[in-house]
Amino acid sequence: MSPRATASGPLLSVKDLEVGFATEDGLLKAVDGVSFELARGEVLGIVGESGCGKSVTAQTVMGLTRSSNARISGSVEFNGADLIEASDDDLRKVRGESIAMIFQDPMTSLNPVYKVGKQIAEQILAHRDVSDKEARDRAIELLRDVGIPHPERRIDDYPYEYSGGMRQRAMVAMALSLEPEVLIADEPTTALDVTIQAQILTLIEQLNRDRDLAVVLITHDLGVVAEVADRVQVMYAGQVVERGTLDEIFYDPQHPYTWGLLGSLTRLDRPRPKRLPQIAGQPPSLLSPPGGCRFRPRCPHAFEQCAELPSLEGRLGKRSEHADRCWLQPKEKESRRSVDGRIGLGAPAA
Amino acid sequence: MSNGDPLLEVSHLVKHFPIKSGILLEREVARVHAVDDVSLTLHEGETLGLVGESGCGKSTLCRAILQLIRPTAGSVKFQGEELVGRSRKELQPLRREMQMIFQDPFASLNPRKRVGQIVGDPLRLHGLASGDALKRRVQELLDRVGLSGEHYNRFPHEFSGGQRQRIGIARALALQPKLIIADEPVSALDVSIQAQIINLLEDLQDEFGLAYVFVAHDLGVVRHVSDRVAVMYLGKIVETSPGAGLYERPIHPYSTALLSAVPIPDPEENREREPLVLDGDVPSPVDPPSGCRFHTRCPWATDVCSELEPPLVNYGSGRLAACHHPLNLKRGALSKATISEESPAGAADALPSEPGKADLPVGA
Repeated sequence: MSPRATASGPLLSVKDLEVGFATEDGLLKAVDGVSFELARGEVLGIVGESGCGKSVTAQTVMGLTRSSNARISGSVEFNGADLIEASDDDLRKVRGESIAMIFQDPMTSLNPVYKVGKQIAEQILAHRDVSDKEARDRAIELLRDVGIPHPERRIDDYPYEYSGGMRQRAMVAMALSLEPEVLIADEPTTALDVTIQAQILTLIEQLNRDRDLAVVLITHDLGVVAEVADRVQVMYAGQVVERGTLDEIFYDPQHPYTWGLLGSLTRLDRPRPKRLPQIAGQPPSLLSPPGGCRFRPRCPHAFEQCAELPSLEGRLGKRSEHADRCWLQPKEKESRRSVDGRIGLGAPAA
Repeated sequence: MSNGDPLLEVSHLVKHFPIKSGILLEREVARVHAVDDVSLTLHEGETLGLVGESGCGKSTLCRAILQLIRPTAGSVKFQGEELVGRSRKELQPLRREMQMIFQDPFASLNPRKRVGQIVGDPLRLHGLASGDALKRRVQELLDRVGLSGEHYNRFPHEFSGGQRQRIGIARALALQPKLIIADEPVSALDVSIQAQIINLLEDLQDEFGLAYVFVAHDLGVVRHVSDRVAVMYLGKIVETSPGAGLYERPIHPYSTALLSAVPIPDPEENREREPLVLDGDVPSPVDPPSGCRFHTRCPWATDVCSELEPPLVNYGSGRLAACHHPLNLKRGALSKATISEESPAGAADALPSEPGKADLPVGA
């Protein structure tokens, strides 16, 4: 499950990205020094709770956070070309052509007054030199690819005539229309029922496998991540607190916040615990984040050193990209995290 | 668990919403079959989980039980007293015993009222406390749900989602009810906060002997809190079972599919299993499929499924399911099965002739 190495370097590379928003109450630092790389054909999961900066990170990659009150620094490179400093025109060429995005709420991301087919064809017409007829045929083909039944008929439906799952499929079709290399999916299944969620996840997996599409999957649901991601990064209060391969994060988690996330899941495949392990307190305000480690106020394992912010680095002394922001000794972590017997177990319980 | 008379007894409850058309003379042109002949019972101190996808009628059922919307037909008995057909005034004294917690902590608290007022209003309206006693009681309640008495004068917007849900819980507790219907109480919250609220609800249940109807679409959460679980599909209960039974050996194919669709937060197990992915969407409740309502999406469906509505069959040990081809039955279970009293009136009266064949592995 290691990331597929490419001779030409990563497809998408984000370095020290900082995104702040000037508000009446001061500068709100939504993203504070986030870096990651995405290789061709890889699925990167970004996990965290509301307000941890995962969506702002993705939106900034797409240039969607550009506004007069935004303060953006760091770099975002796609195939070596910088996107932070790119002109709006250049960025427009990247959007859709190279990087496409789908959003959480398929109900509000389609325009209700245009037919679905028209919305897909519009994007093709704007970027490609084709006739209306060709664009329409392409749209039908795309709808068929994402599993919409009778696409030649459904193409002339309005969004309200589609169910939630079908709308998300239509969004995926639209995202694929220009054959991008990267798909950013921001909570693509959160608004959907579980049976429909399973359909959409299967679709994303197929696209990743069949088209070598690289995917950044943003979600709060570790179950969804476990199903599709190759690598995972966990975010808390604007920072990455841990990153590693899927197995490293699930079977050898290093950061107490990751333990907390894994522990507070209600799992169908394990005996039901008497009490759910919970993370006390709530995420800090990003207007005045706590000094030192940001998780310190909620962390049951905090000690003096945590007043100083730990950097994101490999602390396990092995040749792996597994890195975390926690001062505890790896040995210490191993003994502490398994207290309730559920977290970081190597083998599934019988 | 089930000693004595049930606290809540819902029998053959129906709620249809008419769809009207025309300008002056509105004629009913169709009906939304939101809840269609549903029966369930709940004992004191027990938690009944209610699961199903959007539009299956969970929320309508909750509201119809509490008489927040008037049922079309059927009966709801609370502590032996019939609720259906009572006037507002006649319901008022019983409302103290039955409270509700809502899904959206942002929409269910009046933004212009202070927390003290929100939590204190039920007490004031029922004439149970006033003045200083009221304030003291509200502060106690706030303390109990993990907020502080100092929050008395704050407005809802000053609180996070999890804290707001605590305010909603304090409001529901104010009248010391016996029954709380919680409609997706944690769906809008982050995972770490979900665990806090679930633990709080469990503590309160132990302390006050509350009975819960706990509605959720998250099967993991439902398993954690419930003694028994009812699975709904398109206005019908398709399976009722003690929690463990349902999760280990689901009888109804829809329960099987629902469980299989839940992503397991364990990469190894995910690689090993082949989930059962259902085709298509939930059909419209305006024109529900004939026979078994699940037959349009069911991988095991046969001709009989589209012709006859399967009866709700009692397989013993509290396990009921409505399916012509029941899965995961123990040997001999079918010969001892009987048609339940809770079975819908329109259902066939023939027991399934043989168990369903393809037992797909579920979950672990």
